[in-house]
Amino acid sequence: MSDSEKKKPNRRDFIVTATTAAGAVGVGAVVWPLVDQMNPDASVKALASTEVDISAVEPGQSITVLWRGKPVFIKRRTKEEIDSARAVDLSELKHPEKDEDRAKNPEWLVMLGVCTHLGCVPLTDKGDYGAWFCPCHGSHYDTSGRIRKGPAPTNMEVPKYEFVNSNTIKIG
Amino acid sequence: MSDHEYTPKSKVGKWFNDRLPLLTLANHLTDYPTPKNLNYWWTFGGILTFCLITQIITGIVLGMHYVAHADLAFQSVEHIMRDVNYGWLIRYVHANGASMFFLAVYIHIFRSLYYGSYKSPREVIWIIGMLIYFLMMATAFMGYVLPWGQMSFWGATVITNLFSAIPLVGESITNWLWGGYSVDNPTLTRFFSLHYLFPFLILGLVVLHIWALHVPGNNNPIGIDIKKPSKDTVPFHPYIVIKDLFALLIFLLIFAFFVFFSPNILGHADNYIEANPLVTPAHIVPEWYLLPFYAILRSVPDKLLGVIAMFAAIFVLVILPWLDTSKVRSTVFRPIYKQFYWFLVADVLILGYVGAMPAEGLYLLIARVATAYYFAHFLIILPFLGLKEKTTPLPLSITEPILGGSPDMAMARNNSNYKEKL
Amino acid sequence: MRKLIKLSFFLILVSSLFFTKANAAGEQHDLLEVDWSFKSFFGKFDRASLQRGYQVYTEVCASCHSLKHLSYRNLAEKGGPEFTELEAKAIASNFEVTDGPNSDGEMFERPAKLSDKFVMPYANVQEAIAANGGAYPPDMSVLVKARKGGANYIYSVLMGYDEPPAGMELDDGVYYNKYMYGNKIKMSSPLDDDIVEYADGTKATVDQMAKDVTTFLQWTAEPHLETRHKLGFRVIIYLSVLTILVYFTMKKIWSRIETKV
Repeated sequence: MSDSEKKKPNRRDFIVTATTAAGAVGVGAVVWPLVDQMNPDASVKALASTEVDISAVEPGQSITVLWRGKPVFIKRRTKEEIDSARAVDLSELKHPEKDEDRAKNPEWLVMLGVCTHLGCVPLTDKGDYGAWFCPCHGSHYDTSGRIRKGPAPTNMEVPKYEFVNSNTIKIG
Repeated sequence: MSDHEYTPKSKVGKWFNDRLPLLTLANHLTDYPTPKNLNYWWTFGGILTFCLITQIITGIVLGMHYVAHADLAFQSVEHIMRDVNYGWLIRYVHANGASMFFLAVYIHIFRSLYYGSYKSPREVIWIIGMLIYFLMMATAFMGYVLPWGQMSFWGATVITNLFSAIPLVGESITNWLWGGYSVDNPTLTRFFSLHYLFPFLILGLVVLHIWALHVPGNNNPIGIDIKKPSKDTVPFHPYIVIKDLFALLIFLLIFAFFVFFSPNILGHADNYIEANPLVTPAHIVPEWYLLPFYAILRSVPDKLLGVIAMFAAIFVLVILPWLDTSKVRSTVFRPIYKQFYWFLVADVLILGYVGAMPAEGLYLLIARVATAYYFAHFLIILPFLGLKEKTTPLPLSITEPILGGSPDMAMARNNSNYKEKL
Repeated sequence: MRKLIKLSFFLILVSSLFFTKANAAGEQHDLLEVDWSFKSFFGKFDRASLQRGYQVYTEVCASCHSLKHLSYRNLAEKGGPEFTELEAKAIASNFEVTDGPNSDGEMFERPAKLSDKFVMPYANVQEAIAANGGAYPPDMSVLVKARKGGANYIYSVLMGYDEPPAGMELDDGVYYNKYMYGNKIKMSSPLDDDIVEYADGTKATVDQMAKDVTTFLQWTAEPHLETRHKLGFRVIIYLSVLTILVYFTMKKIWSRIETKV
């Protein structure tokens, strides 16, 4: 190796490093479409919200609708159920949430009918609190859908929803 | 594989390698002595491996969204093109990838023909290669049926009807292939299943193809036997790896051009019309890579003989190592064969061209002459030419381009080298 | 040098194979050529033309031709006509779709939503054929890709209505068209000056409407064309740079031995 070459030893390595780096960027860019194709596609995203007619639901009744492939419980609560939900002291709760925050319109409780333990669908009007009971591993929920007893870690999730008018709820 | 013994340096590596010699394999692959004079026509082996992997990966992805049902297939392809994230990209890569795969495989095959890579001791590599080629055609054909467009449907109808030419059992066979009395939903679902399976068979054969290659080692443009490793060889890594990569990138530039700027130019417009069993398209034409065989099929006026001719055109390639009687591998040293080689290339291109034209008038005449010449090349010209042709002198080694005396001497030397190894 | 000549000879043969295939059908007039905005490497759709084209489709074509692979939400998506979401919702709500079953087990009609597919003019192919004198008005979703010549072909057919040449007999309900395969078409000339009134004040000549609706149909066939061009340009640039880098790396590696690559 001549002296002049010794003075710039990095030039040769630079080209290899640059090539490797550029190649790595390319591989990364190729991987993304292959990963992203498994994300919800445009037609699935378009169905991400659904409107439900609740005009036929009597006090004390509940209906179950399918939204994003999961059951949503829409319960029209009675006065007693609302009172019992609101009377609970937050310190008793495993996952403290006010009923006022879970049901903006106290008459209507809208939540994902999925047990937060391992994803089973709880039974309605069952369990120690006369509300929801998950048969898989024995989680009891109260009239606000809050976890009171059993292995589930959190309350049943309240999805984003709004009243389009007094008879229609738009979920999502 | 008569490699030098390899021992991993680390203790863990040695422990593992004693139980499963993956590191020995990796070492064999990186150190694999490769002739240093390989030209760019030799890069297509690597390119083909890339094509196969690309087709398998994009195919698995498409399989996640595609619905193999006669009523839903076309719609699900449109769903992929419109709604699935990057679905259009993945489908266009897969569809054009098939064409690029065949482009590469034809170059690979014609390279082998030019440099005599199919000759002793590489006959098994060649035969496995032909099996791969045959499976590729079957896979491509079934894949083309899946979008359930007009060309899918009628292509499937025409090709499966070939089997009805078989005497006595023809109809039973076609009904068995279709799972009914015509190409319909059962045909589609079985084609989907097999289209998914075959690439993995191809992958297995590719492993055998490379394994068989690594026994005698690569042929080279001069076609003489060389000592390995020696000053005539370089280790596969990094020399050949980087060269293959460079060639692959050039190939990818062409590939990308098709995918992004002309994604439908290699396909047929008719395949964007949903399959309709009541209306046949004006011209049923297979994909370009099957055209030469299609021309041979149509050039024979008898149905059964046409089918036999088409399959014979492939089979004649399988027995090629025994049809070519010349002891000299590379066409470089075979002045007369060189002319015939280029005639064959032109012949196959002409067959491809007339395969796309209507089978009538002048086109049919040309197709017949070209078909006759195709078989004459392999069955008459090659066997006789090998015995008669006076070849030019072969060099003694790659690094010594000085002529090593008469071709007979070099041949004798080659043969003795080969015997030594045995 | 001889090698190069041979190689180029080979390439010319191969490419002639690609581009001359199936060029055989009958006596055809050369298609009219339009300098479409979406044609080149950087080609994009003319947004206003897409919106006008949609109008021509709804007011003229949609009574017979379906667009069954499209959804109303597509009208508001990027790279398309790009109506606002509100406009697209309003368009959708003009159509009635059948939904259900409801809790009583009955199907019911409701206004279409963005997530719904375009409502089809006929319930099925048979009905479409019966209503159109035995000719099926093809679905237009991918029509541009389903015809050799693509956008130019669609435009040419729309512009190709003419008096039949002397001696040509036409049955009832069959019309002469210069560019149609076989020169006979069962659709009467669909466009006439000012049959639609463009909101943006563009004069609705036959030529203008033909261009607009063809542009619209190119988009329905290739809704991701703009993304494809944009991504393609980046990929080509990236691959070129990487090729150059790999070339120099290769030169460097092979410089260790005498042989040239």
